[in-house]
Amino acid sequence: MAEPLLEVKDLKVHFPTEDGLVKAVDGVSYSIMPGETLGVVGESGSGKSVTFLTVMGLITPGQARIEGEVVFGGQDLLKVPVEEMRDIRGSQIGMIFQDPMTSLHPYYRVGNQISEAILAHRKIGKKEAMDQAVDMLRRVGIPRPDERARQYPHEFSGGMRQRAMIAMALSLNPDLLIADEPTTALDVTVQAQILDLIDRLKQEFNAAVVIITHDLGVVAEHCDNIQVMYAGKAVEYGYARDIYYDADHPYTWGLLQSIARVDAPRTERLKPIKGLPPSLIFVPPGCPFHPRCPYVFDRCRTEVPQLLPVDGHHASACHLSLEDKERIFKEEVFVHQ
Amino acid sequence: MTRYLVRRILFLILVLVFVSFLTFFIFLKLPASDPARLVAGRQTTPEILAEIRTNLGLDKPWYVQYGRFAKGLVPWPGFFLNEQVYYSYGNFIAVKEEIYRRLPVTIALTLGAAVLWLIIGLPIGIVSAIRKRSLADRAGMLFALFGVSAPVFWLGYVMLFVFWFKLGWAPSPGLDIKESLGHAILAGKFILPWVTLSLLFAAFYARMVRGTLIETMSEDYIRTARAKGLSERRVIFKHGLRAALTPVVTMFGLDVGSLLGGAIITETIFDLDGVGKYTIDAIYDQDFPVVMGVTIFAAFFIVVANLVVDVLYAVLDPRVRYT
Repeated sequence: MAEPLLEVKDLKVHFPTEDGLVKAVDGVSYSIMPGETLGVVGESGSGKSVTFLTVMGLITPGQARIEGEVVFGGQDLLKVPVEEMRDIRGSQIGMIFQDPMTSLHPYYRVGNQISEAILAHRKIGKKEAMDQAVDMLRRVGIPRPDERARQYPHEFSGGMRQRAMIAMALSLNPDLLIADEPTTALDVTVQAQILDLIDRLKQEFNAAVVIITHDLGVVAEHCDNIQVMYAGKAVEYGYARDIYYDADHPYTWGLLQSIARVDAPRTERLKPIKGLPPSLIFVPPGCPFHPRCPYVFDRCRTEVPQLLPVDGHHASACHLSLEDKERIFKEEVFVHQ
Repeated sequence: MTRYLVRRILFLILVLVFVSFLTFFIFLKLPASDPARLVAGRQTTPEILAEIRTNLGLDKPWYVQYGRFAKGLVPWPGFFLNEQVYYSYGNFIAVKEEIYRRLPVTIALTLGAAVLWLIIGLPIGIVSAIRKRSLADRAGMLFALFGVSAPVFWLGYVMLFVFWFKLGWAPSPGLDIKESLGHAILAGKFILPWVTLSLLFAAFYARMVRGTLIETMSEDYIRTARAKGLSERRVIFKHGLRAALTPVVTMFGLDVGSLLGGAIITETIFDLDGVGKYTIDAIYDQDFPVVMGVTIFAAFFIVVANLVVDVLYAVLDPRVRYT
């Protein structure tokens, strides 16, 4: 078995606030292999973004209590000195964010912002860095890249801006690209283009990709593995195929059932998950999902379910028996898909 | 852009008309002294007063009188504050001439204070923003609180009392007639005035920079800059400060613009013969054309400063475009 590119072990990120300790991430473990695409799915507040911001070192011990290990390139990134983390950030791990309009600096030209990233990590001349920036813009499919590089972000369209962000993140050929809700702020038609672009570039640059999203529809075709998060914990993990055709967790079932389908009858009601996400300060005891779970029983209220693999790869954190899970999925969830 | 500039120039003239008319109207309605009296001097008779009044056109209807002043509104050489109308009723010197003579003092005072308040205010604001809620931040904001609360007229006299009267470190206030401006500056005559004038602005700017920088640092593009692996210094200065300073720069333009119209209180306390002191003396003497003249002059400066600042904003922020 090849070495994992990134291994996160029992990561906990707790923010002390005036109202209490916010347990944004509460014991999350996963690993990413080189060249893999991982989809991380969950509602707002599930901890999916915080996990990766912590991996990038953008959430620091000054802001939160961080426990656990983040192993990348043979080092625990949580223990690495700040200078070194800064080296890794941008050059070995790249990250793009949700809203490309506000994520690019409005005062500087796009080409400049990309070449700045390059110059921060490579000792090359300004002209050469700019040439590389223009080349990156071309590779992400922006026409007339040399002209576009001299423009400001507000002169780009939303999809183009996101392409520029991707160009910037990939300009140093990182091994891992983290895309935090890359398509949420874009039109549906552009969403597909951006996801296809990420797929293509992943091959070209030989990078692993993490797509963080709340939209199960987004990750369907583009991810090898999917991790579902809820209230700071991972509740299910498996091959994409497993999640869609053999989901084993009530929350995942809820997500699947709530997807609005184009081919559903127009009068059919949407099926949301009842209730609201829990407070991360006062997390429900036992399984954090139990207040909203239609299949809850006594054990759920007291004992925290562990993320246990059922067949070596597919894992779910739920007290229901495997038989029950498979039955419920077949009878109630899959029917509607 | 040209259309925009033309519009702004027309607006300038409109403002000058409004300001001048308001000033004129106030003087007209003032139940105080008769301008003719000022011209006549102490020893006078009713006949002389009447004659002066006729000469000055004070018996004419208000719109005729205003019309005479209106000609001086046009911001063009030959017209602006023309000597035929705008001259002191006290000593008959043209307002224009006096302003030009005194302007260097005001400029020296303003620029010196401006440099000082930037040097003091900006770093305090930046450090406070970067190290929020630290001791440095609290100390900086305490200083700012003092600065915005201490009235200039109080601060100025306290400074004079401590540093000149008691300690003898600063030279006596007031400029020697024979001394050139450069000499006066080197003799340290401007040090206390600079400190006094700059303190309020330094405090204000420290608070403003702190506010805008804190806000800017929470923007998404700062997170992107960090994600690119840029040094924290670069993130703060090139990305954060650059955006945060835009409103500060425009504020600076406006403040300097309005101060150039006369830092009245500071000039009075330290007896500096600038435009501000000229203004206050004229108001005390009820020297009507002078008051009109300096008011128009100050208004002109402020409107021009506004225009410069707006154009500057378009230079600083590429998203802003004027048509």
